[in-house]
Amino acid sequence: MNALPTPALLEVNGLDAWYGAAQILFGVNLNVRRGEVVALMGRNGAGKSTTLKALMGMLDRHRGQVRFLGQDVSQQVPFQRARLGLGFVPEDRRVFTHLSVAENLEVGRQPERRWPDGSAALNWTPPALYELFPNLGAMQGRPGGQMSGGEQQMLTVARTLMGNPFLILLDEPSEGVAPVIVEQMAQMILQLKARGASILLSEQNVHFAEWVSDRAYVLEKGQIRFEGSMAELAADEAVRRAYLTL
Amino acid sequence: MEFSALLAQLLNGLAEASSLFLVAAGLSLIFGVTRIVNFAHGSFYMLGLYVAYSTVEYLVGRLGPAGFWVGLVVAPVAVGAFGALVEIVLLRRIYKAPELFQLLGTFALVLVINDATLYLWGPEELLGRRAPGLAGSISLLGRQFPTYNLFLMVIGPLVLGLVWLLLARTRWGVLVRAATEDRQMLGALGVNQAWLFTAVFALGALLAGLGGAVQLPREPANLALDLRSIGDAFVVVVVGGMGSLPGAYLAALLIAEIKALCVGIGSVHVLGLDFSLSKLTLVVEFLVMAVVLVVRPWGLLGKPQAGSRNSAPAEAPLRPAGNGLRWVALVVFVALAALPLLQTWLPYASVLAQDVLVSVLFAVSLHFIMGPGGLHSFGHAAYFGLGAYGAGILLKVLTLPMPLAFTFAPLVAGLGALLFGWFCVRLSGVYLAMLTLAFSQIVWSVVFQWEAVTGGSNGLTGVWPAAWLGDTAYYYLTLVLVAASVLLVRRIVFSPFGYALRAARDSALRADAIGIDVMRVRWAAFVVAGLFAGLAGALFVFSKGGVSPDVMAVGKSVDGLVMVLLGGIQQLVGPLLGASVFSVLQDSIMRATDYWRAVFGGVILLLVLVFPHGIAGFFQGLGNAWARLAARKPALLPREKRA
Repeated sequence: MNALPTPALLEVNGLDAWYGAAQILFGVNLNVRRGEVVALMGRNGAGKSTTLKALMGMLDRHRGQVRFLGQDVSQQVPFQRARLGLGFVPEDRRVFTHLSVAENLEVGRQPERRWPDGSAALNWTPPALYELFPNLGAMQGRPGGQMSGGEQQMLTVARTLMGNPFLILLDEPSEGVAPVIVEQMAQMILQLKARGASILLSEQNVHFAEWVSDRAYVLEKGQIRFEGSMAELAADEAVRRAYLTL
Repeated sequence: MEFSALLAQLLNGLAEASSLFLVAAGLSLIFGVTRIVNFAHGSFYMLGLYVAYSTVEYLVGRLGPAGFWVGLVVAPVAVGAFGALVEIVLLRRIYKAPELFQLLGTFALVLVINDATLYLWGPEELLGRRAPGLAGSISLLGRQFPTYNLFLMVIGPLVLGLVWLLLARTRWGVLVRAATEDRQMLGALGVNQAWLFTAVFALGALLAGLGGAVQLPREPANLALDLRSIGDAFVVVVVGGMGSLPGAYLAALLIAEIKALCVGIGSVHVLGLDFSLSKLTLVVEFLVMAVVLVVRPWGLLGKPQAGSRNSAPAEAPLRPAGNGLRWVALVVFVALAALPLLQTWLPYASVLAQDVLVSVLFAVSLHFIMGPGGLHSFGHAAYFGLGAYGAGILLKVLTLPMPLAFTFAPLVAGLGALLFGWFCVRLSGVYLAMLTLAFSQIVWSVVFQWEAVTGGSNGLTGVWPAAWLGDTAYYYLTLVLVAASVLLVRRIVFSPFGYALRAARDSALRADAIGIDVMRVRWAAFVVAGLFAGLAGALFVFSKGGVSPDVMAVGKSVDGLVMVLLGGIQQLVGPLLGASVFSVLQDSIMRATDYWRAVFGGVILLLVLVFPHGIAGFFQGLGNAWARLAARKPALLPREKRA
């Protein structure tokens, strides 16, 4: 762990989190490096979404250290983390149903960013996003509430990209959308990766995760049970059977 | 009626609609984004008028006639800045508090602002100067129509258009609209909601201030404007649909025109009876609101709201009184019974105790629907007043013997609750609060205007108990009836009906699914609460020898709410303690200072700020802290908001 090829973008140490009185996460450790796509895997209720929400600062009760770009953000509220360049795509999409596609993108807009080393980050404009998601380009004036689930899923991703995030937290991108959309989502992730984006995604679908990710963590009952490259996970039949297959 | 007179009235209605809309638009905007129903919005309207009076007087002296218009612009901006201050200092602390506390907190502001206005501008009405250039009138079909009204007619639609542009065409507007839908997601996208909320609140206050300022040449600034305009604004916003600006304008137009028609038509002759429609004006808006809420509960142009995000923490189950509590109750009862014997040493004690007992019964009846029932009523004073007036009218007008009048009085209140409850139990949350408020305003208006029967603003006098119920006997009657009522209400809470009521509060859907007719149960509870409030009213009127419309004003309903919250809504002894403490405090504060409203408001604010989760929640927090200390566990932060 010490000899990382690039410094970690996100470092999480001993993250605990609660919903009300119930503790959901127990000492989660993980990290994501620049340019990586990392999958956070596990069954329903393992704590994947809770981890992402906790990283975004959206849970009232949590403990542990979260370092983003070398800065301790564990006491920051969601909008501060978002402004530092942490982008969150929620599982339940949460598009603004009364706003048009273009207005949804406007809500997510943040100033252009540069990496601490001065190099330009991946910055987005609506035209660039309409190119990435041609469907959205064709319905810029349509209210978010009148779109299909798959279209909403794309809008949610595009809206988060408008914030020019250094790291995207992508919650269950393949959940509840048609197979053809799942494939589009995978292509989209690979395209983003090709352009240098960094992504931490939560995923139940092993095939999807293998398709897009470099590394994986496996969660079970709020604890990390496995970490390693996607190839190692693919080879580890015991882990897959214990924590991933239904 | 002549066509020209009708036309003039309709045009006046248009001018009235503008001011109504300005106040309502701000209220609606603020509610849409912050989910707070700002009771103090009428106070911003009133302040707009007072500040405009001062700025115009000052600036006309410096700048000549142009100073009028500059003053008219400066005043709303000042009110907007004051609104921002209020948001930062007060509201930011109560966004996560239960709805009821938010309403109370902003009502406390009403009291404080009212007394501050009294202190700064004095008690006299202040009539501003006329608008230079628009002081005259024009001729319309042979009738004189004030030119200034033309200006007012334009300003409503103009502001509607400007605010619409702001919301539709600017980034700020997009963020505001997003905030009305999903505030948490907005934060996750990097938007600092705190400043967005402040800006929206300031804009809303500015609009209300503008609504007040433009009334300067037409209406004298006075201290009653705050509650009157907030009542009107509530009605407009609810009729139009919470959060809908075009709806607010439509509703303002509808109400202003219906009022104008009532005035214009005057009296009508139906079935040999004369009805004075012009006297209906005070009630008509509330009638419109009641009709709209029943037909379209979300208002004319509103959209159904998702359930409130500010759900209070789940309430702990109620427990029957233990032996300790029973002994305490017995001791208190005996002590109260002994009070008249101490008359020589404590001449005032039994008088005060009489008031306290009446308050206790009133608070217990309100607590019954609020606590176990979960229905937050902002108009409970109506049933207290119906009981009091019912007794008075039965005695004086129908000349029933006193014992009969006393016995039937609670039934009058019960009938009122039966009628109004049918409408009220169909709603929940702020809509319920507003509908109950509206009904109590209707009752108040009827009592206030029906002079022949109710004595109008003077009220009824000479309502004394029968001779055999002299001073001490009447006190004992009160004591016994209040004690019996308290026990009976406890009995009801622990009866199957009480369980059904609490089940309906905790989950209406699940209660429904196990065969409880939720609406019927709530309706019955509403009537029970009305009966006991009516009994309190009857006890009140015979102890005072009379009654005035004040007993059913909004302030009296809020007194009840404060009593209940002061004691703690989760405990059955709460209203007893709360009402006792409240009555004694009020008695001493009112005798100590002219500015008792401000002191009272300050106490409510303190209550809301120090105990944002209720007093019971505060003690629960203490208990948690204690358990944590004992177990040395990590800090227990407030619960995750339930979606």
